[in-house]
Amino acid sequence: MIENVDVALVDWSRAQFALTAIYHWIFVPLTLGLSFVIAIMESVYVRTGKEEWKRATKFWMTLFGINFAIGVATGIILEFEFGTNWSNYSWFVGDIFGAPLAIEGILAFFLESTFIAVMFFGWNKVGKKFHLASSWLVAIGANLSALWILVANSWMQNPVGMVFNPETARNEMADFWAVLFNPVAVDKFLHTVTSGFLLASLFVIGVSSWFLLKNREEWLARKSILIAGIFGLASSLMVVFTGDTSARTLSEVQPVKFAAFEALYDGKKDAGLVAIGALRDTKKETRLPDAKEFAFRIEIPGFLSLMTGGSRDTYVPGLNDLVYGLPDSTLMTVSEKMHRGTVALNMLNDYKKARRDKDIVKAEEIKKSFHQKDFVDAHFRYFGYAFLDKPEDVVPNVPISFYSFHLMVMLGFLFVLICILALFFLYRGTITKNRWFLWITVISIPLAYIASEAGWVVAEMGRQPWIIQDLMPVSAAVSQISAGAVMTTFILFAILFTALLAAEVSIMIRQIKTGPKH
Amino acid sequence: MTTMISYLFLQSYWWVIISLLASVLVFLMFVQGGQSMIFSLPGNDTHRTMIVNALGRKWEFTFTTLVTFGGAFFAAFPLFYATSFGGAYWVWIAILFSFIIQAVAYEYRSKPANVLGRKTFDIFLFVNGAAGPFLIGTAVGTFFTGSQFSLNAMNHVQWATGWHGLEALVNAKNLALGLSVLFLTRSNGLLYIINSVDDGELTNKSVRKLIVNSVSFLVFFVFFLVALLSSEGYAADSETGMITSEKLKYLHNLLQMPVVLLLFFAGVIAVIYGMWITIFRNSRKGIWFTGSGTILAVLSLFMVAGFNGTSFYPSSFDMASSLTIRNASSSEFTLRTMMYVSFIIPFVIAYIWYAWRSINRKRITENELKGEGHVY
Repeated sequence: MIENVDVALVDWSRAQFALTAIYHWIFVPLTLGLSFVIAIMESVYVRTGKEEWKRATKFWMTLFGINFAIGVATGIILEFEFGTNWSNYSWFVGDIFGAPLAIEGILAFFLESTFIAVMFFGWNKVGKKFHLASSWLVAIGANLSALWILVANSWMQNPVGMVFNPETARNEMADFWAVLFNPVAVDKFLHTVTSGFLLASLFVIGVSSWFLLKNREEWLARKSILIAGIFGLASSLMVVFTGDTSARTLSEVQPVKFAAFEALYDGKKDAGLVAIGALRDTKKETRLPDAKEFAFRIEIPGFLSLMTGGSRDTYVPGLNDLVYGLPDSTLMTVSEKMHRGTVALNMLNDYKKARRDKDIVKAEEIKKSFHQKDFVDAHFRYFGYAFLDKPEDVVPNVPISFYSFHLMVMLGFLFVLICILALFFLYRGTITKNRWFLWITVISIPLAYIASEAGWVVAEMGRQPWIIQDLMPVSAAVSQISAGAVMTTFILFAILFTALLAAEVSIMIRQIKTGPKH
Repeated sequence: MTTMISYLFLQSYWWVIISLLASVLVFLMFVQGGQSMIFSLPGNDTHRTMIVNALGRKWEFTFTTLVTFGGAFFAAFPLFYATSFGGAYWVWIAILFSFIIQAVAYEYRSKPANVLGRKTFDIFLFVNGAAGPFLIGTAVGTFFTGSQFSLNAMNHVQWATGWHGLEALVNAKNLALGLSVLFLTRSNGLLYIINSVDDGELTNKSVRKLIVNSVSFLVFFVFFLVALLSSEGYAADSETGMITSEKLKYLHNLLQMPVVLLLFFAGVIAVIYGMWITIFRNSRKGIWFTGSGTILAVLSLFMVAGFNGTSFYPSSFDMASSLTIRNASSSEFTLRTMMYVSFIIPFVIAYIWYAWRSINRKRITENELKGEGHVY
């Protein structure tokens, strides 16, 4: 299927995708959440008729527009990058993966872009209610687009609802609802959009706090903190809840990624959840190369077992078990999976040979087996393992997975606290007196972005080497272009996106300093 | 219903949708056409502000249509998506870059502290305006002239030249189509400005510019058309899918599909009529005719490219690898599922129309912009 894998090409292609996705994600969560904050504020304006609410709505809308433009700019590349840089992947799964992208365009992007025009240009041209409806539709459109792209991403993490067709050498959709209601998709959608709501709430609270620190716009700042505090607190609780359910789903569908989060090398019962810890190279003899051990850690005893299986007796497999197997268990070794994947790949090659030789009977027979559940469960589901060189290849970078996961979780809990305190101080009327807290909320703005990006690092680095879990490694997915070409476009993207980001941040800061219009 | 709708019907249905999206995209690229004149058309800053704002209220429709076009092509004909994007890398990347810089330019050009300066963002608009339509036109030219690629047994693309798409730029037919699209979008841009900006001086200047641009369009388009209709094309056997070369294939397609021929003529006549009444009769309604004519003409050209057993993405390197709507499409199941989704499109068009009308009732003037809260 693939002859000479150019390692540099794979690395540059991944680097480019990571770069563009990380840049895009700087802007998306604020769009997801701020659109709702704006819609809520405008609703209050329409109900009360108070001009101050309109002024507040317009202020946040200005910031929304600045952020939205660069989100669009950095987003278009992602849709086409599957084709330009991952063309083998695009064919292998295009029958399933393309549909959500198309639906995203038809259902969500037009909703968003049409009503955003009304939102910005319609104040004097359409009625209050139509304008308000437009603001809500923008929020709904933005979040709908998130739904479809996350459905697509979830399918890569947990491919469901398809059969492999040897004739076309691709996976074909068999059950649309299975793709849409993929358990990973449900968790991922809820976790991701609510984390966007939370980030936007922290943004609003932080910017408002800055006004309070400068003794400006007190009315607007207090009202904004009130709305963002409630919205943020509700969202943060959802983030925690869906984070927990995501982890449980993950432990089933991507156990290697799960073990890497926790840097769990040897599985155990009554496994504890690491609350905080640091890794170092181990001096002990280990089977996995570059294994790490904890320099220190604080654990919540038994919690990992409890989270995954509902009981402290649950055995949580470690990386060693997942790669080399575990005696007296159903865990399969990676070598065995590589063997089974190779059987499936050979079957595919036999099919192609039979077709070339015009051996219709044999070809039909092989084709049938790709539809049979036994063959799929025993062999095809390990198809991607045929492309691996050695069993250890299935282990992602453990320190990156571990640190980004724990950073995300720790910051997540900090954010819950910030929302609670913001509402508490507001309720007590002491928010302006607690300047230390106002400063913390200002600082929490960049922290929210760090947590949000860390989430994607966990999700995407943690599933390496897979572009589609167990079915296709990244090395088999790249477009056959030169590594130099991809390196060149990587540099171009890095320069352009950095320049645009600098412009965006600078404009944003200036608009905040200028404050709402009078 | 399930049994009545055949796989071939679904493939054709999706080719029509793709063609529609492409034709609407070419029309909506009047935004780009207008941008390409951002330095040459306005006589002063007020004019430039009016032009930018007239175009700026529409740029997202064009952008969204482009994104949806890409998504729909991926979903309906993934083999094209994988083959062309992964093979003709440089052309598509260049197109994408030109749209990336557009997306921030409107919003940021007039904002204080924008780091790069207004001039830079205006250059972004100009580059997107000139390069976007030209490159898209050139890339679509390869739908007729072919590219150098082969597909292996697993349908993975190998590009036969190291130029990865740039080779399309040295083909006269591709260039002619690229320049036709550029001058057509510029003409549409001028017609749109004439229609939506209320300023006598600017209108006069636009009409003068329209003469040059419409003539340039016609010259390149006629060249392309003659070259196309006299050239060979790749035909796929309806039974075996075998690809063979056929002389005058595209001429045959037009003649064998009278409806498409009719669409084509109606489109070209409407395009010319819109230009005519603007230049000779001081009409402001030219955009309606030239715009809808653009849609019909592009739609018919796409049908010529993909229907009547034609390869819509031929490989001049390995004929057997050429893509047709039959061998490049998604599975029957996916196309059917997507068809159900597509039923929402009329509803989408309806709300776009409603929203567009509701904020476009007044023509743009200097005063209108002063009273507007959001100015680019």
